Formats: sequence, structure tokens, C-alpha cells
Amino acid sequence: MTEVATEPARVSIERDADVVNARQKGREIASGIGFRGSDLALIATAISEIARNIVVYAERGEIALSTVADGDRHGVLIVAQDQGPGIADVEQVMRDGFSTGRSLGLGLPGARRLMDTFEIVSDVGVGTTITMSKWVR
Amino acid sequence: MTVPILRQGPVLIASIQAAMTDLDLMQLKDELSTRVGSHRSTGVVIDVSALDVMDSFATRMLRGIAQTTQLRGAHTVIVGIQPDVAFAMVQLGLRLDDVSTALDLEEGLELIADNRPEGRQ
Repeated sequence: MTEVATEPARVSIERDADVVNARQKGREIASGIGFRGSDLALIATAISEIARNIVVYAERGEIALSTVADGDRHGVLIVAQDQGPGIADVEQVMRDGFSTGRSLGLGLPGARRLMDTFEIVSDVGVGTTITMSKWVR
Repeated sequence: MTVPILRQGPVLIASIQAAMTDLDLMQLKDELSTRVGSHRSTGVVIDVSALDVMDSFATRMLRGIAQTTQLRGAHTVIVGIQPDVAFAMVQLGLRLDDVSTALDLEEGLELIADNRPEGRQ
């Protein structure tokens, strides 16, 4: 049974600088539970992608970063939430190469590849929530 | 935060210091593009060794900068992509396409010197 081990650190996302804050915070938390080198870069990059998506498409939102435990296993749980326009066709944006804005269209499908779990829930006019996690190997 | 641009002979060197905003990168593009003209530079090195993350947005911007200065006639090389950053970029599926890369500043400058047309200093 997966349990949230810590109170989430919340980073509000509005500007480019917040993207940097979020990924630095994520790196710090992940490093604290034993993630190393390339995994830290993967986590920071995934956070960067979803934070950028908030800035570009939703204007503002929040990323909550916490650690999770399942017995002896430890991991990071990242929840990004916004009240932006939402995504009409989630399947479409999760396809490589689909982009409406300033990205390369690899952001969300890319972030999914970098993490162990990735879930996206979006309602048009309500907002988008992305929940992703990665376990220490 | 503006990116310092150094001039070493015919080459311009821009060292990206820390995590940069899109606006900073756009300014860098304009600045480099202008200076290639005013200094008649034949090469541009963009040093990204201080970056711990290159996400799809940053990659797109950097590629745009390199392609712009390349079109202005300056051989452009991105140097210093860190091993973990390179690994994450591959996982993300990011590519720099036709933009040259080199290990570090020294290798980047050599690459530009090697490719300089004969007789041109």
C-alpha cells in the first residue's frame, strides 16, 4: 500500500522563474530519499515540462511535491494542478509531436516516459491535473 | 538576467549561466544575431554547461538561436551539455537536429577553427 510519507511542498506556478523553483525543489526532495545522478535529472526535467505547460497554457497553477513509501520502497509523487482551459483531447496531446504552442510537442508524452507512473485528468473549462511518480531503484 | 557575450577574435561566446527564462533566451537570440553582423563573426559558441535541465522548451529556443546565427553566416556550436542532461534529453526524445555540438568550450572553438574557409581569418 502506497502511503504519502511527507506533507507536500507546494510551489505556485505563474512565471518562468517558478518553473525553475519547482524543478529545484523536486531535485532536492528526490535527492533526500536516495535518487542519484541521472534519475535526478529525469525527475527535474519531467517537473520542468509539466510546469512549463502550466505557464504556457494555463497561466497559473500549483505543483505539489511529496515523498511516498511502499514498505521499504521510496519514491516521489508530483501533482500539478491548474484551473486553465483544460485539454479537449488528452489522447492527442499525449501523442509525440502534437503541439499548439511554444513546445516541441514532446512535453507531456516525454514527461510520461521519464517517470514510472503518469496520469492526466482534464476537463475543458475546469482545468488539468497531472499526477506522476517515480521510485528509487 | 542577460547572458554575457564574450568576443574572442572572430568568435562570439555566450555562456548561459543559470536557469534562464524564455525572455532571456529570446534576447540572447536578438543580441547574438546583431553582433554576428556588427563584429563580422564567423563562429558562435553557446555554452550550456551550467544548465541542469534542458526541457523541450529550452531545447526549442536554443535550436532556434543556433539556427538563426547559423543563417547569419556564423558556424554555431552548442557546448557543454552535461551527461545527465543529455541522457534526459534522449529519454524525452529531444534532438538538436542540424545544430553542431561539442564537449566543451575548447572543443567548440576548435571545431569552428577547423571549419573556417581557407584564407579567411
